[in-house]
Amino acid sequence: MKKYIIKRLALGIASIFIVATLTFFLMNLVPGGPFVAEKSISKAAQEALEAKYGLDKPLGERYITYMSDFVKGDMGYSLRQRGRTVSGIIFSKFPVSAKLAGIAVVLALALGIPLGCISAYNRGKFFDNFIIVLATCGIAIPSFISSVLLLYTFGSKLGVLPTVGLNTMSSYIMPVTALAIYPTAYITRLMRSSLLDVMGQDYIRTSRAKGVSSFKTLFKHALRNAILPVITYVGPMLAGLMTGSFVVEKIFTIPGLGREFVSAITNRDYTMIMGTTIILATLVITANVIVDILYKIIDPRIKLK
Amino acid sequence: MSNKFPSLQLKVEDFLPASAEEKESLVIMRKSINFWADGMRRLRKNKIAMVSLVFIILIMIFAYVLPAFWPYSYEQQIKYSENLAPFEYGRDEQALIDAGESVFPHICGTDKLGRDFAVRLMMGTRISLSVGLVCAALVLLVGATYGAIAGFAGGWVDNIMMRITDILYTIPDILLIIILSMALKPALEDLAAQPGFGWMQKMGPNLIAIFLVFVLLYWVGMARITRSQVLILKESEYVTAARALGASGGRIVKKHLLTNCIGTLIVTTTLQIPSAIFTESYLSFLGLGVAAPMPSLGSLATDAVKGMNTYPHLLILPALMISVVILVFNLFGDGLRDAFDPKLKN
Repeated sequence: MKKYIIKRLALGIASIFIVATLTFFLMNLVPGGPFVAEKSISKAAQEALEAKYGLDKPLGERYITYMSDFVKGDMGYSLRQRGRTVSGIIFSKFPVSAKLAGIAVVLALALGIPLGCISAYNRGKFFDNFIIVLATCGIAIPSFISSVLLLYTFGSKLGVLPTVGLNTMSSYIMPVTALAIYPTAYITRLMRSSLLDVMGQDYIRTSRAKGVSSFKTLFKHALRNAILPVITYVGPMLAGLMTGSFVVEKIFTIPGLGREFVSAITNRDYTMIMGTTIILATLVITANVIVDILYKIIDPRIKLK
Repeated sequence: MSNKFPSLQLKVEDFLPASAEEKESLVIMRKSINFWADGMRRLRKNKIAMVSLVFIILIMIFAYVLPAFWPYSYEQQIKYSENLAPFEYGRDEQALIDAGESVFPHICGTDKLGRDFAVRLMMGTRISLSVGLVCAALVLLVGATYGAIAGFAGGWVDNIMMRITDILYTIPDILLIIILSMALKPALEDLAAQPGFGWMQKMGPNLIAIFLVFVLLYWVGMARITRSQVLILKESEYVTAARALGASGGRIVKKHLLTNCIGTLIVTTTLQIPSAIFTESYLSFLGLGVAAPMPSLGSLATDAVKGMNTYPHLLILPALMISVVILVFNLFGDGLRDAFDPKLKN
């Protein structure tokens, strides 16, 4: 077990390192620079700025400087938002994205698990088919489409919900819905197939044969085992929602981490691109590592290799 | 009454040799059905999958055949016909109609540059579908080859090859997709400007960039699936039996491994198509998809967002199209899996 955890952690750190390296060299391949777009500044001022942030040095040297600073915990200053540190910006934007993603995850679990159970319980009947069709549609709709359609219906046609920012409670409704549709549909399908899988096991038949009601069998014996895959999906889902929310954040003008990431790319704000990419990648990778380890602890049937 | 109590009297005809028909009725073995026939039979029984298949064929015709017969082209701008509602005519067109000539109606209206929206929707579907199909094919090619090599070689080769995929698998794809497509686009545009690379210019450098990005990131899943299939099959008894009977390596690969893998590979490839279309629409939304004037479903929807209050049909039609395309491919892929995945047979 110890060996497995160490191996998994080492792989995780290697991935973060590779993401950071790839991002560093790729973003420098993109033509243009952080100061090129500003027409107001002179050539000399631009060069002075570049010298100030060390952008005039060769790429290899900059890479080594950045990485050694990063290991010490210094992510540098944003190139476009003057005077603000990258870590400062990330810390101020992170809670916004985390809150949205958190609410969406809770909503997805609260809806997806019961829907999946109902569907499995009524296998092959009308309810089952209805829920499965709905869930398949939910998986098929990209979140930017659902956001825009929500915005159109409730924001501008009916005018009942605020369309910009996150100022009131009601302004959470649309972005959270748009974010939660996919995971809800996914959990419903996962829960259903996992429950059907467990219901076919011998011990379920035994408990049915001993006269336990099918309702009790489902909730007392089957659900405990069937819910495992759903729990292991929570980690990656949370991380995925945080990284994937930039589209929703862009549409609803929410000042979150995802929007920061996209605007950093379009502005060629090198230090911000690096900072946001590494933080988001670390989130996803950590979630996956934790889930992999947890899964082996929870489920003794999975053999350790 | 005589049926109820069987007679004990022996009859002579019961002891006659059986006729050919009687012999036939006693044969218990049915005709052997091979893997494909069996799978197809199950697929044909699956109503949802068949309906999806019909939709896929209709969408293919809509995207690849119909634009050739359409009287408008996707980049043709018609003067005085900007922002028309469905079945409306522009000033010049109305004049033509009044003069007794027939003008082909704009079934889906026109956009703000006066381009017929129906044909743009067809071209958008064509681009999105092509992205899905080409990416899935390339992923199959790269991933299956890599996975098969790793699975066959085994030992340290397999170990190193799989560690590489492990690392790639943990990298968050959407972040790298965005950065990669930003970086690849200008590089490929430069390359396309060189002599001898004119074909790239024709296809559009950033369409090629999208193909490359998808292949670079998505082959990993395919490689893992292929390898695990090869490993399972390599150890199976019938392969050992074939080897013991003196079958050559090539024969085992062709007759046993490939035929048994291919079901899983087809299913995985089919399910790759909607996910590529999905991701392309995201990229288009962020302005990193295919370049104007070429439309993709994602970019059509994105362009319509600004004017959605006045011209909602320009948004709803491509949005609906994306969702339907992804939906039918997902449903068809699920159907294929139920029919062809040997593990799910029961």
